[in-house]
Amino acid sequence: MAEATVDPAAAEAALLERLRAGDEAAFEGLVAGLYGTMLTVARTYVKDRAVAEEVVQETWLGVINGLDRFEGRSSLKTWILSILVNQAKTRGTREARTVPFASLAPADDAPTVDPERFRGPHEQYTGGWRAFPANWKAADELVQDRETIRVAMRAIADLPLTQQTVIRMRDVEGYSAEEVCATLDVSEANQRVLLHRARSRVRSALERHIDG
Amino acid sequence: MADGTAISCQEVVEVVTDYLEGKLSPEEVAIFEAHLAICDGCQHYLDQIRITIATVGRIEDEEVPAELRDTVLAAFRHRRM
Repeated sequence: MAEATVDPAAAEAALLERLRAGDEAAFEGLVAGLYGTMLTVARTYVKDRAVAEEVVQETWLGVINGLDRFEGRSSLKTWILSILVNQAKTRGTREARTVPFASLAPADDAPTVDPERFRGPHEQYTGGWRAFPANWKAADELVQDRETIRVAMRAIADLPLTQQTVIRMRDVEGYSAEEVCATLDVSEANQRVLLHRARSRVRSALERHIDG
Repeated sequence: MADGTAISCQEVVEVVTDYLEGKLSPEEVAIFEAHLAICDGCQHYLDQIRITIATVGRIEDEEVPAELRDTVLAAFRHRRM
């Protein structure tokens, strides 16, 4: 979801006007554009995909009801996602699932690259690569392959849910760090740790695929 | 960053996101980039992370299930009345 080059505030005002006028195409576009993010965010709070889909649906019903009252203090997207998080938290609490971001432990200290890849403390060049990572710029065809995208998707699906949400919002959907922090109520530093771990793990999966 | 003057490859991989997010101080950026200038391994690693981000960015949006779309569209239409 790359940001358009037009003034985002003006585009947002125009969209809001269309929605309030009952423009179905505008509404359907919004529903489609936010679906992946909404589902991912909901899934961090509720137990399964079916419930997450219900949360998304309830959120849209809430958005439709609240559209005339929306005052534009936050962006439309942020407002919709805040309704979603509230709905998801309510459902999550009812299902007695812990709220993941509130209980997020500070960075676990596991290294993001296997320590075996680096020279040990008693070797020359401690902490240096034993063997350099490959030059993927020379493997362009493989990198561009559709299978490589599928490998990335599977790697994301295997991540802890909090990491999945952050990498999806940042790198799939193109949200800013600020938007992710506001939506998930997570500190900027924690957001960055989650993004770092997620990207590192996806890179490892791609490395196994690309370098074979 | 270890002793404030140089970092190891093992440290580079742990601050790569801070670097890309613009969260390193100017001094740290200088140390990071000085390392990259002389280390093909870490330059490749940084390239790999950038390629990873680009690849993840090519994942397509999930399709809205038809039933969900129809339900919320009906509610939207009803609102207009």
